[in-house]
Amino acid sequence: MALKLDSKIPAGELAQKWSNHKAAIKVVSPANKRKLDIIVVGTGLGGASAAASLGELGYNVKVFCIQDSPRRAHSIAAQGGINAAKNYQNDNDSVYRLFYDTIKGGDYRAREANVYRLAEVSNLIIDQCVAQGVPFAREYGGLLANRSFGGAQVSRTFYARGQTGQQLLLGAYAALNKEIHNGTVKSYPRHEMLDIVIEDGEARGIIARNLVTGEIERHGAHAVVIATGGYGNVFFLSTNAMASNGSAAFQCYRKGAGFANPCFTQIHPTCIPVHGTQQSKLTLMSESLRNDGRIWVPKKLEDVKALRNGSKKPSDIPEEDRDYYLERRYPAFGNLVPRDVASRAAKERCDAGYGVNETGLAVFLDFKTAIERLGKDVIKQRYGNLFDMYKEITDTDPYEQPMQIFPAVHYTMGGIWVDYNLMTTIPGLYAIGEANFSDHGANRLGASALMQGLADGYFVLPYTIGDYLSHKIQAPKVKTDTPAFDEAEKGVREKIAKLLSINGKQSVDDIHKRLGHIMWENVGMARTKESLEKAIAEIKALRKEFWQDVKVVGTADSFNVELEKAIRLADFLELGELMARDALNREESCGGHFRVEHQTEEGEAKRDDENFVYAAVWEYKGMDKEPEMTKEPLNFEFVHPAQRNYKD
Amino acid sequence: MNFTLKIWRQKDAKSKGAFKEYHVKDISPDTSFLEMLDILNNDLVHAGEEPVAFDHDCREGICGMCSLHINGHAHGPEQGVTTCQIYMRQFKDGQTIVVEPWRSAAFPVIKDLVVNRSAYDQILQAGGYISVRTNSVPDGNAIPISKADADESMDAAACVGCGACAATCKNGSAMLFVAARVSSLAKLPQGRVEGARRAKAMVAKMDELGFGNCTNTGACQAECPKSISIAHIARLNREFLSAKFED
Repeated sequence: MALKLDSKIPAGELAQKWSNHKAAIKVVSPANKRKLDIIVVGTGLGGASAAASLGELGYNVKVFCIQDSPRRAHSIAAQGGINAAKNYQNDNDSVYRLFYDTIKGGDYRAREANVYRLAEVSNLIIDQCVAQGVPFAREYGGLLANRSFGGAQVSRTFYARGQTGQQLLLGAYAALNKEIHNGTVKSYPRHEMLDIVIEDGEARGIIARNLVTGEIERHGAHAVVIATGGYGNVFFLSTNAMASNGSAAFQCYRKGAGFANPCFTQIHPTCIPVHGTQQSKLTLMSESLRNDGRIWVPKKLEDVKALRNGSKKPSDIPEEDRDYYLERRYPAFGNLVPRDVASRAAKERCDAGYGVNETGLAVFLDFKTAIERLGKDVIKQRYGNLFDMYKEITDTDPYEQPMQIFPAVHYTMGGIWVDYNLMTTIPGLYAIGEANFSDHGANRLGASALMQGLADGYFVLPYTIGDYLSHKIQAPKVKTDTPAFDEAEKGVREKIAKLLSINGKQSVDDIHKRLGHIMWENVGMARTKESLEKAIAEIKALRKEFWQDVKVVGTADSFNVELEKAIRLADFLELGELMARDALNREESCGGHFRVEHQTEEGEAKRDDENFVYAAVWEYKGMDKEPEMTKEPLNFEFVHPAQRNYKD
Repeated sequence: MNFTLKIWRQKDAKSKGAFKEYHVKDISPDTSFLEMLDILNNDLVHAGEEPVAFDHDCREGICGMCSLHINGHAHGPEQGVTTCQIYMRQFKDGQTIVVEPWRSAAFPVIKDLVVNRSAYDQILQAGGYISVRTNSVPDGNAIPISKADADESMDAAACVGCGACAATCKNGSAMLFVAARVSSLAKLPQGRVEGARRAKAMVAKMDELGFGNCTNTGACQAECPKSISIAHIARLNREFLSAKFED
């Protein structure tokens, strides 16, 4: 049975859709809100802002996170900034322009209505965060400062040094603390959701594991919100935090929620290159650096050789022998092209043999011109902490020599399918932030992840969830001693027992690294029919190996990190295959999804708007069974999809 | 590079812990300290032993999860960085490295090097916020804030809540942590409104949770991975005293 997809996009003019919708949906009275329970899983920008806002409204909220405090969710690591259409710079920005840039940046694979709403509420987010005490950068006159980000020709990014995500999350966490203090929100840190419970086709609660004691707990609620971020760690090496995982989202998929566009992965162009084989994690260098940094490789192969053997330093190579390839190929946007374009261009140069380090997988990000123009002090003020971080990691001073950078997995645009209300295909189950698929299409613009997380949590979900809960005001407290909870808990216990009993020869990390290698080589920046078919076969075989040969030490009823990792890897081993299947199905190149078979003569991504203007929504059919795909057609009523042009 | 590690092992909160010695070999100088522990742990798993439990997550020095005492220093030998930003090139080949959890009465050990820092959450829940509701706010530019004040607020807001300050303090005081939050909000006009209430509530909660008093040794500032200044403690004291005078 194919999934029934009703996007619930309101009728009417683009700019009126959200207002009309808000007027049409139901609300719940304060007296009834007190009787309704909501579970929020995850405490990043989406989860924390949603839990706090729902608590303020008077619902009973339980909020879960795997870290030791809600403040540590990976939103905290976002560096560069948050977009909003304030037009404070008087550079002709507007809600429409932010909408248009985001739709275009996503390569016309997102819903118009969702993206317009995102742009519309962006301004409220800035106001909200300022009121919470987020110390955004200011001009000398006391007003808010902005900077530029990729994919835009206006300056609309608000920032707090290179720690914008941290400051926004601390704002949302503070709002959450306020509600915990007020008693509307109860916090469950060091808890991991291991299953979603469905009864009569509706979400009824979750099964969670207390990560300190190993206890398996049942939590019931009238609605469940998944805000657990993306699944980039399927690649093992990524810029995601070590514990970031796709398991909560995957459990929803396993229980019947549609999973949309899993192959849309963002490879971020400016990360510190991989060294050696024993690395656990990659580090991002903020996109904001592309405001002042210029990306280049040498024009001459002999200079490349000299750089690699150390006989020349980058500063020895004269201007005329440098190839500022982004400025050359994309004069209108230069170094500020969107991430997918910048990443592919770096790969193209490195594939052609111009990579500047010993592995051949690095390009320069150079601040020489900016330091000459603005002085070292200004650069230090703008990017000081990023430069320090780079020096810590690489032992090279970026004030003296250019940074070396290379693309790395950073974000997943795909995720759980949701309708305009952010509800999944399972009634009462919602997904917000990076965990859903809705706003970024095939490529996310920089400084838009923070915007989406907070838009969903502060300004969208608190309204739309009321429409569903208004039908639940007569419903009693959800009982957790039902067969559905019994069965879900039994499944979780069996899975844990199985993992601990295999006692094979490979550690969880050994297998995860192998999965990451398969993904990066075959489902990474360039994908072909052959590579994807190879990936599917190899992942299947690896998954079989995992269930026969993994070694998980420790016990079920204790603090056991190896067990946590094993549970997450089991899901990545299915998710990786799903990503490859989706990439195989999508016989076009768009945004972060580049099929080698589909490119223009200049090597740009070639979309196929005849056949692929849809979200591919997958339905789970069993571990070794092929999932079924249903299409949600994307109707472009207001903008006309065109080939993305960043050249002029 | 080769190292001898003396690592604190403790089964759970109730058990007694002890140091155990390990040897790691052929570590690249560019390996981070936590990657070195990852390598050790992978070896332990292969040997059928339980790996060393330690807290970590972002590995970029911003989440505040990592929390190790390395050779007697919170977050290791280097100033102004978290444990995850320590690299093995900062140690000598063949060196013995002692690794312990935070040692503080308010942070009980959960397992090995993992401690319970929920006391910090509780202090912030007591008043570390501005009481604004979602959507009930003025335009972002309605209140101009001088760049100097915004910058100073940001300096204090850089706190990652790791617990190094209390773990380092000989009195087990959380003053730098509390001061960072109080000071960050006190420097902004929107934070002034409930400044007095905030300072009193957070200090009272800190005392209740068993943190010690501040005797101005400055050790917290020296070990803080974000180099947060004890000048913020002076501001907290001023906020607290003037709040008390108002009573």
